[in-house]
Amino acid sequence: MNHAAGGVPVTPELLLFGAVAGAAALCAVGVVAFNNAIRSALCLVVNFFLLAFLYFTLNAEMLGITQIVVYTGAIMVLFLFVIMLLNLGAPNLLVEKRDPKKYLGILLGCGMFVLLGSQVLPELIKVHAAPLTPELAKFGGPEAIGRTLFTSYMYPFEAVSVLLLIGIVGSILLAKRRI
Amino acid sequence: MNGVPLGAYIGLGMFMFTTGVVGVVVRRNPIVIFMCIELMLNSVNLTFLAFARYQMVTKVADSTALQNSLMAGQMMVIFVMAVAAAEVAVGLGIIMAIYRLRDNVDIDELNLLRG
Amino acid sequence: MPEEAHRARGREIVKVNSLLQMAEFVQHLHPVWQALIRAVLLVIPSLLLLIPIIWWERRLLGWMQDRIGPNRVGNITFSQTSKMVPGFLHGKKFRLFGLAQPLADFGKLLFKEDITPSAIDRIIYFTAPAIALFPAFALAGTIPWGPYTSLTPCGDVNIGVLYIMAVSSLGVYGIVLAGYSANNKFSLMGGLRSSAQMISYELAMGMSLACIVMASGSLKPTEIVAAEHGPLWGFDFAPFCWFENWNILTPFGLVACLVFLVCMVAETNRAPFDLPEAENELVAGYHTEYSSMKFAVFFMGEYAAMFAYGLILCTLFIGGWHLLPIRFGYMSHAYPAFGDVWNMLDTLNGSSILAPVWFVGKGLMVITAYIWLRASMPRLRYDQLMSLGWKSLLPLATANLIVVAIWILATKLASPLIGWCAVLVSAVILYLLYKTINKLNTDKRVDLASREIIMVDEPPRRREVEMVDTAAAPS
Repeated sequence: MNHAAGGVPVTPELLLFGAVAGAAALCAVGVVAFNNAIRSALCLVVNFFLLAFLYFTLNAEMLGITQIVVYTGAIMVLFLFVIMLLNLGAPNLLVEKRDPKKYLGILLGCGMFVLLGSQVLPELIKVHAAPLTPELAKFGGPEAIGRTLFTSYMYPFEAVSVLLLIGIVGSILLAKRRI
Repeated sequence: MNGVPLGAYIGLGMFMFTTGVVGVVVRRNPIVIFMCIELMLNSVNLTFLAFARYQMVTKVADSTALQNSLMAGQMMVIFVMAVAAAEVAVGLGIIMAIYRLRDNVDIDELNLLRG
Repeated sequence: MPEEAHRARGREIVKVNSLLQMAEFVQHLHPVWQALIRAVLLVIPSLLLLIPIIWWERRLLGWMQDRIGPNRVGNITFSQTSKMVPGFLHGKKFRLFGLAQPLADFGKLLFKEDITPSAIDRIIYFTAPAIALFPAFALAGTIPWGPYTSLTPCGDVNIGVLYIMAVSSLGVYGIVLAGYSANNKFSLMGGLRSSAQMISYELAMGMSLACIVMASGSLKPTEIVAAEHGPLWGFDFAPFCWFENWNILTPFGLVACLVFLVCMVAETNRAPFDLPEAENELVAGYHTEYSSMKFAVFFMGEYAAMFAYGLILCTLFIGGWHLLPIRFGYMSHAYPAFGDVWNMLDTLNGSSILAPVWFVGKGLMVITAYIWLRASMPRLRYDQLMSLGWKSLLPLATANLIVVAIWILATKLASPLIGWCAVLVSAVILYLLYKTINKLNTDKRVDLASREIIMVDEPPRRREVEMVDTAAAPS
């Protein structure tokens, strides 16, 4: 059996994961690298979509589909809407100038990744998932999520619903010219 | 998935988080900065779900305790999503209000508070 | 629980016959082959039905608008005298019922010049039609075509309804990106309108779907259909147990169905909600700069989405693949004297390989409703669109959700009868609440209906006097 650098056996699942994760990572880079805001937003949409697939591989199908509904379906459409609304006013409003500070930021980011990765990853690369028991198979379904959300997590759930209500009222206040 | 170690998911999460941090530091377009924050939130979500799936469930004997320990990561993800949705609604509202006020949304030009 | 027993009976209707065995044979194949077969099952019917749907729309519109044209184009009349025509065809006339029109449409779209504007965002411009096509075909992925699991394209998953919500929310991207990338003000306006419209109507759609999910107690489309095949309104006695509990036959299901119908027309950008492509305001909206096959791809996406939404409406509200809301399976149990008759009727009603036929037929009925709406409704203004979505549909769907919750609570605590009484009482209370709020609102507002209209034109009598005066002046 082939072995990758960290002593991990190369399986078809790992290759599939590598493809999806690589595409997601490329899209994440694209969000930062593209100068055109619409293209950044598109990269982010693709990234969120691929993340939903990764959630499916983690047996969290309910959250994967919620990811698509909430992020790709609602939040990113809002982003696109606002970018296009700003584009309507002045075409070059959102284009940035070159800046030497950028390279320092990129360097710092790389340093952070290397520092964090060298501390955490060597341990975690050995951890493999527990085999799929009947309890685990029900893990990401709507029943399990609903039951937990409305029993153990009732208080945070209500708090979040109040937060969303405040968000709605706040955004209306901000967006409306006259009230 | 069976053949994938936890480190792979955490590595991807970490990479996305770093990219988001770099984006927030480097970019000056507030909308892109917002998108980078979303990227960071999502990388955290991925990490939560990966840890929730990969923990050693066999050690927990009680059924309800097992259920709780399995669901904790997913619950966090749900709340992060809800908070992100509220944040985006308000944040984009603020950007639109600034644009209406000043016809410009460059972060470096918004220095009225001398920050 | 009698309710559960009836659901189980709805499931056991599946009978073993040779065709059924053929359909279930798919399950023993390798997963990759299964996936391929399911993908083909998902895409091919929508593609094949595209041309008949376009023909049907042209012909129906021709009838409804009372005009000659696309509904009868392509009649062939052979010459009576020419020697080029064989003798038995002399003077014969063949009617094609307008079937030549979709073929002509197709040829025109295929062979027209493919124009690409110069100042476009190239990558996005060329991928936008594909992005628009994808959700249209993926939409019906979790919809069962009949009582066989192998006929559910993407598998019978326990998040089926959420999948529909997720994929339908992706539909906006193709339009927004097409509008943006073409670098045209009209296109951009179309894209903006479309994104606002889709976000607004998705909320009400989600609420109406939530009603059905709560009433049926499952997110799985097959289980929703099984619940629909139970006894009407959950009553165990005649005559209710003769009929099926289609969601459209329950009061809250009817409201949810109406909300869903409006929202799905808005989601597919069809008239009267076709603001993103309003011809007389925005040229052609988001596809102004698209020509030839690229335009045809948008066109195909729209029709495939219409068909998919039709199938979803059938599954969730009009009883899935059954032709009539009558429980022939139960009848053969309850009245065994005519057992064979009931069984035959049950087979004809869709508990057999006939199921996909009735299912597609019902989907085409919904498409007819689409065309009817297009022929009879004027386009909404933008503010009317927004106020309909946010001020009418969303509160209606939310109130409906509350009624469903009260129904479930009362049914669980007491009995189905008490449950329906609770529905009646809560509906009346909500209606009175609405009336009160409406009254409080309208009291402060200037009543537009009774506003005095001041004529700008001069009243006719005075002009008469003037005319008399001018006539009298020269003399």
